[in-house]
Amino acid sequence: MRIDGKGLIDRTQSIPFVFDGVGYSGYSGDTLASALLANGVRLMGRSFKYHRPRGVLTAGSEEPNALVTVGAGAAQEPNVRATMQEIYPGLDAHSQNRWPSLNFDVMGINDLAAPFLGAGFYYKTFMWPKSFWEKLYEPVIRRAAGLGALSGQDNPDKYESAYAFCDLLIIGAGPAGLMAALVAGRAGADVILADENSRVGGRLLAESYEVDGKPGPVWVDEVLAELASMDNVRIMTRTTVAGAYDQGTFAALERVLHHTDRRPNGAPLETYWRIVAKRSVLAAGALERPVAFRNNDRPGIMTAGAVRAYLNRWGVRPGRNVTIFGNTDDIHRTARDLLDAGVHVAAVIDSRHDAPLSDDYEVLRGAQVCGTAGRKGLEAITVRRASGEDRIHTDCLAMTGGWNPSVHLTCHMNGRPTWRREIEAFVPTPDAVPGMITAGACNGSFSTFACLHEGISAAESSLSELGLKAPKVAVPEAEDTPYVISQLWAVPGKGRAWLDFQNDVTVKDVKQAATENFRSVEHVKRYTTQGMATDQGKNSNVAALAVLADATGRGIPETGTTTFRPPYAPIAIAALGAGAEGAGFKPQRFTTSHKATAARKAPMIEAGLWYRPSYFPKDGETTWRQSCDREVNMVRQTVGVCDVSTLGKIDIQGPDAGAFLDFVYTNMFSTLKVGRTRYGLMLREDGFVMDDGTTARLGETHYLMTTTTAAAGEVMKHLEFVHQGLRPDLDVSFTSVTEQWAQFAVAGPKSRELLNDLLDTPIDDESWPFMACGPISVLGVQGRLFRISFSGEHAYEIAVPARYGASLFDILTKKAEALGGGLYGMEALNVLRIEKGFITHSEIHGRTTAYDIGMGRMVSQKKDCIGKTMSERPGLEEPGRERLVGLKPIGESRELLAGAHLYKEEAEPVRTNDQGYVTSVCYSPTLETMLGVGFLADGPDRYGEVVKMVDHLRGVTTLCEVVNPVFFDPEGGRVRG
Amino acid sequence: MDKLVAKTPCDGLLPLTVGSVTLSEEEAVTIHSISPLKGKQKALSDVLKAAHGMACPSANRATGKAGARAVWFGPAHAMLIGPVPDVALMEHAVVVDQSDAWTVVRLEGAGVEDVLARVVPVDLRSSHFKRGHTARTPLFHMTASITRVGENAFQIMVFRSMAKTLVHDLRRAMEGVAARG
Repeated sequence: MRIDGKGLIDRTQSIPFVFDGVGYSGYSGDTLASALLANGVRLMGRSFKYHRPRGVLTAGSEEPNALVTVGAGAAQEPNVRATMQEIYPGLDAHSQNRWPSLNFDVMGINDLAAPFLGAGFYYKTFMWPKSFWEKLYEPVIRRAAGLGALSGQDNPDKYESAYAFCDLLIIGAGPAGLMAALVAGRAGADVILADENSRVGGRLLAESYEVDGKPGPVWVDEVLAELASMDNVRIMTRTTVAGAYDQGTFAALERVLHHTDRRPNGAPLETYWRIVAKRSVLAAGALERPVAFRNNDRPGIMTAGAVRAYLNRWGVRPGRNVTIFGNTDDIHRTARDLLDAGVHVAAVIDSRHDAPLSDDYEVLRGAQVCGTAGRKGLEAITVRRASGEDRIHTDCLAMTGGWNPSVHLTCHMNGRPTWRREIEAFVPTPDAVPGMITAGACNGSFSTFACLHEGISAAESSLSELGLKAPKVAVPEAEDTPYVISQLWAVPGKGRAWLDFQNDVTVKDVKQAATENFRSVEHVKRYTTQGMATDQGKNSNVAALAVLADATGRGIPETGTTTFRPPYAPIAIAALGAGAEGAGFKPQRFTTSHKATAARKAPMIEAGLWYRPSYFPKDGETTWRQSCDREVNMVRQTVGVCDVSTLGKIDIQGPDAGAFLDFVYTNMFSTLKVGRTRYGLMLREDGFVMDDGTTARLGETHYLMTTTTAAAGEVMKHLEFVHQGLRPDLDVSFTSVTEQWAQFAVAGPKSRELLNDLLDTPIDDESWPFMACGPISVLGVQGRLFRISFSGEHAYEIAVPARYGASLFDILTKKAEALGGGLYGMEALNVLRIEKGFITHSEIHGRTTAYDIGMGRMVSQKKDCIGKTMSERPGLEEPGRERLVGLKPIGESRELLAGAHLYKEEAEPVRTNDQGYVTSVCYSPTLETMLGVGFLADGPDRYGEVVKMVDHLRGVTTLCEVVNPVFFDPEGGRVRG
Repeated sequence: MDKLVAKTPCDGLLPLTVGSVTLSEEEAVTIHSISPLKGKQKALSDVLKAAHGMACPSANRATGKAGARAVWFGPAHAMLIGPVPDVALMEHAVVVDQSDAWTVVRLEGAGVEDVLARVVPVDLRSSHFKRGHTARTPLFHMTASITRVGENAFQIMVFRSMAKTLVHDLRRAMEGVAARG
């Protein structure tokens, strides 16, 4: 059904494609919709609720009916609009929402049940019993009603996000947008011209207009050629600007590869753009309104603009015997275009009583289409006139109810459109989006001349605001037909007259909602589902609210519109999350010892963004506990090595460094001797513990603070805040050196022996006592050594510049193994610290004070510090507070579980008897029992008492003895060597 | 005799060329953080100029040239990249060795701005982000320092530990641009 010589398709390039398993062919330039129509295929889908046979209604992105699934398997793409999908060799598209086939759909039975499935049906029917909703009703309804489906597999397609910046973003490349781009481009502005179509030109490609004395498409190509030659103009086709946001930011979706089956390595299927523009011009055009009349949804019924588009752009004859119905002069233009192309026009039904007449075709003035016939495609229409009803045979009805300017983007920042009575449509309210000027049809100016003219003036205004001089550009010669319209929303009569084709919402549904006293347009939308799903009511909103206005006795402006929200057109979640799948989800931080650690098959755990080894399995070890127990014993008996580079290290320098530390730590640091390290506790401003760690004094005005791995960033931020906000008087500076130094714990009775094998100057107890620190030379490299211990053993941390980290790690490992020791991971580290009663963020979890963790006396009385006053609030030191204790299992069950709660031995384990909770547990190979630490009401006063640990989730009850949390070597003899 | 062997952050990951853009590591760079003491900004800038030939950079700017550059790095912080800092600087500033803390790479070639537009949310067009301009900005999910060092060349710095993610994210962006042809 192609017409010779018509259209902008390339007939030298025939393209084979498949729809529902049947092979067809089209031409380069075709959309799936135009190619199917050319092949005589009218039935393209089934409707959402009633499974009615549906054909294409429009020729653009607003298409509600012809939704297809493209491809199969993991990458299949549902709900693709056939009107936007360009064909390519190998395109494999499927219809949706039908079973077993599009032609015979079992669920078509829903259509017969229509009287029971009207507005609010779900809400009224599936109320009882309540529990059935989630398990039964919803899944069944979802299966029966719906759109296409995802494959359920990982999508292998790549998506991309990107940023762009410009002086002027022009949205839409029809006559108005092209003119604006031409003016702004010539003025030298940085311009982005975005259009959702594959080809610029807008309606000029779909109409038979002349511009500047040339056919529209020729004029478009000339303008395009000039724009393409400008370095300052970027033309983005297949790009839908989908949202307008604060400060000139726009979201846009570019369909990069949907028009081809090629997937070059690394190429994105779609790119999600964030465009920041100093100014913008909206030239988004207008969308044609269908008219609601009985059975107006049969395949073969299209908007008149779509009929002209298929005819003029794609050379497709939309029917053999076309009828045209509407309320503007557009219907006459449609008739002329069809007749010029040799298509028979059976009748033109003009609802206006004063409609123009024609010698070339029959005009039925003051008439309306009130019904249609044809099972899977239009066969006839019924026309009502004052004189009665007539039946006319036709296989295509072109209808128009007027045009709705595409005001959507102007409403994305909470603006509301303004009703313009003379065009029976909403137009943008000026300045609804700061910096945005609207031009052309989206502004309610429908003639080509008006579009060109407004494009120029929008560019001129924008350029003047940008401080650029606009060149003189004359408005090209073009048609300037006045737009004359009379109201035509719904043709009265029985039966179902569709408003929202996508959601199967009829005039009756909207009236029913009004009858049930839904008056707010927002409520009616939710009750009837009108305006939901992928087209977001683009075709139906205005007509639906006109029907509502009529039903509730109000005017259209008083009734108002629903809220237009981004995105303007559907965007795949994959595009929004582009790059964040798999390893892109978050950055990975690796230590310098990572490769060596991975080579030993150590399972990794994440600490913040860091990857740290859990344990180092040896041959024959089948459980983590075996490895962990061995590593703990190794540290206690010989020597262990552990990468501790991930702990935060903050270099603090300046004349006031000591005074600053006194202010952020609870204890004193200005009195610390150079070459010594001290444990420090830091409070938040609210008096609760923030973090802990050791800080070394490397020089008179030079300290090195360590933080826990997870809190490194938070502490750095805190220090900057305190300095900039509270103590700008102090001369001090902070630099994160976490990444500068690779640091390894060397712990165990043989730690010094190991180190002395590497240090250029050996150390002993005198030169390097417990808590000493300072520079050392290790194998000729300047490093640092700290005698600190998180295991309770004689231990050190040795640091070298990170470039040597991997190498030092290997050497330390080799030497440790030679001494009968080796590597240990986080599990062993955790056991070692629990045995010693050292805390981690399991204990300083944000709700505990220094008093709670047994460090109340570390809050110096000699000075003030961050959080001190707040930590003295009533209640924070009162009797009965849950405080840190150790727990040892006694009795039958020996199992301790972190997260379990504590009760008196004889008390019923219910919430009101709760006495505390367990924060950390381990099996101690040293003491051959499970150990726990936790918080218990008045804990430290209850050593020796037996309490009951109950884990309600895992069903475990264990009797425990309350003990001092330092289980092992309470005198600390081992740490001093 | 054991010997410590130095490795760069991108050891085994770079160089990498995709299409017209090449990502390579700036190896063995000497980097020092320089932070002026109270009231010593001017004096520091003078000393820096005398010793290394560049003034202290103002916000979002880099001074000096290839081999000896000072890059603004945040309030009261600049990175001296290249020379070993002159001891005279210590009188006026806190100087901290950062040579091992940062992954320093160079992204260069025709279309390099398009590659960075995939991962960096700030305007890097040459008309706005000229040679000598620098920004602390996200690079996809990481915080980075980005400096234009040539017409088609940028210096990019992220934490040493994030080298692999940096290469992963940039490779993805480079492939996306190259595949468009």
